[in-house]
Amino acid sequence: MKLNRRLFMGTTVAAAASLSAPMVLSASGKPRVVVVGGGAGGATAARYIAKGSKGAIDVTLIEPTRTYYTCFFSNLYIGGLRDFSSLGHTYGKLAADYGINVVHDWAIGVDRDAKTVMLAGGDKIPYDRLILSPGIDFVDGAVEGWDVSAQNKMPHAFKAGSQTQLLKAQIEAMPQGGTFAMVAPPNPFRCPPGPYERVSMIAHVLKQKNPTAKILIADPKPKFSKMALFQDGWAEHYEGMIDWVGPDFGGDLVSVNPDEMTLTIDGEVNKVDVCNVIPAMKAGRIAEIAGVTNDKGWAPVNAIDMSSKMDANIYVLGDSAQQGDMPKSGFSANSQAKVCANAVRGSLTGSKVFPAKFSNTCWSLIDTNDGVKVGATYQATDEKIAKIEGFVSKVGESAETRQTTYEESVGWYSGITADMFG
Amino acid sequence: MLGKHILVIMAVACPSYAFAGAAERGEMVFKKCRSCHEVGTFAKAKVGPPLNDLIGRVAGSHANVKYSKAMVAAGKDGLVWTEEVLDQYLTRPRDIVPKTNMTFRGLKKPEDRADVIAYLKTFLSDEIIVSASNDPDVSPDILTIAGDPEYGEYLSGTCVTCHQVDGTDQGLPSITGWPQSSFVTVLHAYKTKHRENPVMQQFAGALSNDEIAALAAYFQSVP
Ligand SMILES: Cc1cc2nc3c(=O)[nH]c(=O)nc-3n(C[C@H](O)[C@H](O)[C@H](O)COP(=O)(O)OP(=O)(O)OC[C@H]3O[C@@H](n4cnc5c(N)ncnc54)[C@H](O)[C@@H]3O)c2cc1C
Repeated sequence: MKLNRRLFMGTTVAAAASLSAPMVLSASGKPRVVVVGGGAGGATAARYIAKGSKGAIDVTLIEPTRTYYTCFFSNLYIGGLRDFSSLGHTYGKLAADYGINVVHDWAIGVDRDAKTVMLAGGDKIPYDRLILSPGIDFVDGAVEGWDVSAQNKMPHAFKAGSQTQLLKAQIEAMPQGGTFAMVAPPNPFRCPPGPYERVSMIAHVLKQKNPTAKILIADPKPKFSKMALFQDGWAEHYEGMIDWVGPDFGGDLVSVNPDEMTLTIDGEVNKVDVCNVIPAMKAGRIAEIAGVTNDKGWAPVNAIDMSSKMDANIYVLGDSAQQGDMPKSGFSANSQAKVCANAVRGSLTGSKVFPAKFSNTCWSLIDTNDGVKVGATYQATDEKIAKIEGFVSKVGESAETRQTTYEESVGWYSGITADMFG
Repeated sequence: MLGKHILVIMAVACPSYAFAGAAERGEMVFKKCRSCHEVGTFAKAKVGPPLNDLIGRVAGSHANVKYSKAMVAAGKDGLVWTEEVLDQYLTRPRDIVPKTNMTFRGLKKPEDRADVIAYLKTFLSDEIIVSASNDPDVSPDILTIAGDPEYGEYLSGTCVTCHQVDGTDQGLPSITGWPQSSFVTVLHAYKTKHRENPVMQQFAGALSNDEIAALAAYFQSVP
């Protein structure tokens, strides 16, 4: 009942906005868009709004870090197939070439009545439309024995940067014949194939440097993305190295002890050398602070324009959004950002609003040149972003196909990062 | 035995055998260029620009390269790397652009120049994509739909998640500046699953005929 009303309100407001396309002006004479989070969703949205409106909209991008390290391809860095520096991107072009006001600070509050965003540095930034794309945060207490203060002993490496470097260093320092353990997250989480691509890349490193080492995965899910492809690839490339413990064998009943470096699965204590804990996730905290999240910790949005179901002036993109069928990926966030940018421009300047179209492809690398992919197209329905049609790589494809798939992913990486950062 | 096999496959795969020979010899000649230029799927800028999609490129125009002022100026004055211009330039670079940074003295033998140009031509993405295809004909009604470039620009958001909007090939084919009819033909070949890549089949499959025309109209206008 409650959900229905919200849904109804949300779509009506959005439809009204795109029909009448009112001009909204700020004191400076230009409508103002504030974007929180300069990642796959936020950087893309800021760039498309600035580019499309040709200066008619004031765009401010709030992002604490000066260099954004992509989670995408961070597993390849762990696997030794990519430099760390190649994952880093800066905001210089967004500021210089697109006139975006890039503010390196944290957003710590949103006043929805006054329509302002509070920054950690003390400033208040007014907005006509606010776009939140803050990625994910972890659910407190999701893995017994682990909290963020343990992240140096047991890294998550699910926000890229120093965490990724730490995890790589720990893997390289493992004793011969040691054990790498992963606590995999429950659904929904960012990058469904991510943990399993990571296992593949770690196995790739261990096979060369530490061939008697073992990999242990405790997983609360009975099935995971591209499962058949990964398991087939693991058997082919890393025979006998990887143990996957699903919920049938207690993969959902885990606790860790970061001081002792133990992982307990269904009462059985395992001494491990590296433990990659990837806890359950929720929307980035600022979405919760803004009051646009639900009891599951995600921000429900309207599929036609990514506007929040709680506030018609706020849009939520990427991992934080609860939108329907799209997986939480960089590709999805980038795709949603363009639909949102088009709608936001329309609502502020009266520019033409085109129908929402979404797509996603996630590539994963199992071993050198052994790439696989899964993808789909999506449309906006009243209820959600709904899948139209999809595909997935097949078990037993030729080595040539797999190599082409990998090469395609390299092209995609340069494409999406150019699309985000100009 | 094995050798014979390979020969047979090659002959089938390369109908114009003479051309393939030139390109192969050109690959050997290109060794002289490799310390400063890359070409191929993963080609990046080194001292000199990557040479994918070189033919038809304006001199001094690649985004990621530190060119000499002279080269940039030559490009602004209209120097374009056509095959003829390349042939002259490669004879003695400093005869064409006196202050170029390229210290290479030149290829004296005309056949070396022809071969290396033939080799570089195998890295023309438009060529590979458009002309090497056996795509089914698209009916004239569809080919002549006038696309809305503004809608095309919006739709192009999906394409440029992977393909470079500046038209460079960074692992995926350049899709800018194509003749509209080629663009439409190729996308329809994906839509009808005559072309195989599932990513492209899925994108094209979600596009109406009008939307394909809109994209073609937009991308034709992108330099
Ligand atoms: C190991 C791994 C591999 C992956 N591989 C792929 C892949 O191959 N393909 C793919 O498509 N996706 C991949 N992903 C998923 C992808 O990284 C995310 O889905 C994507 O980054 C989501 O975009 P976003 O904009 O929602 O969040 P992010 O890209 O995480 O951006 C959020 C930004 O918001 C900033 N921020 C947060 N809070 C605040 C605040 N209060 N104030 C200001 N700024 C704030 C953060 O600093 C961050 O820069 C992978 C993820 C992981 C972990």
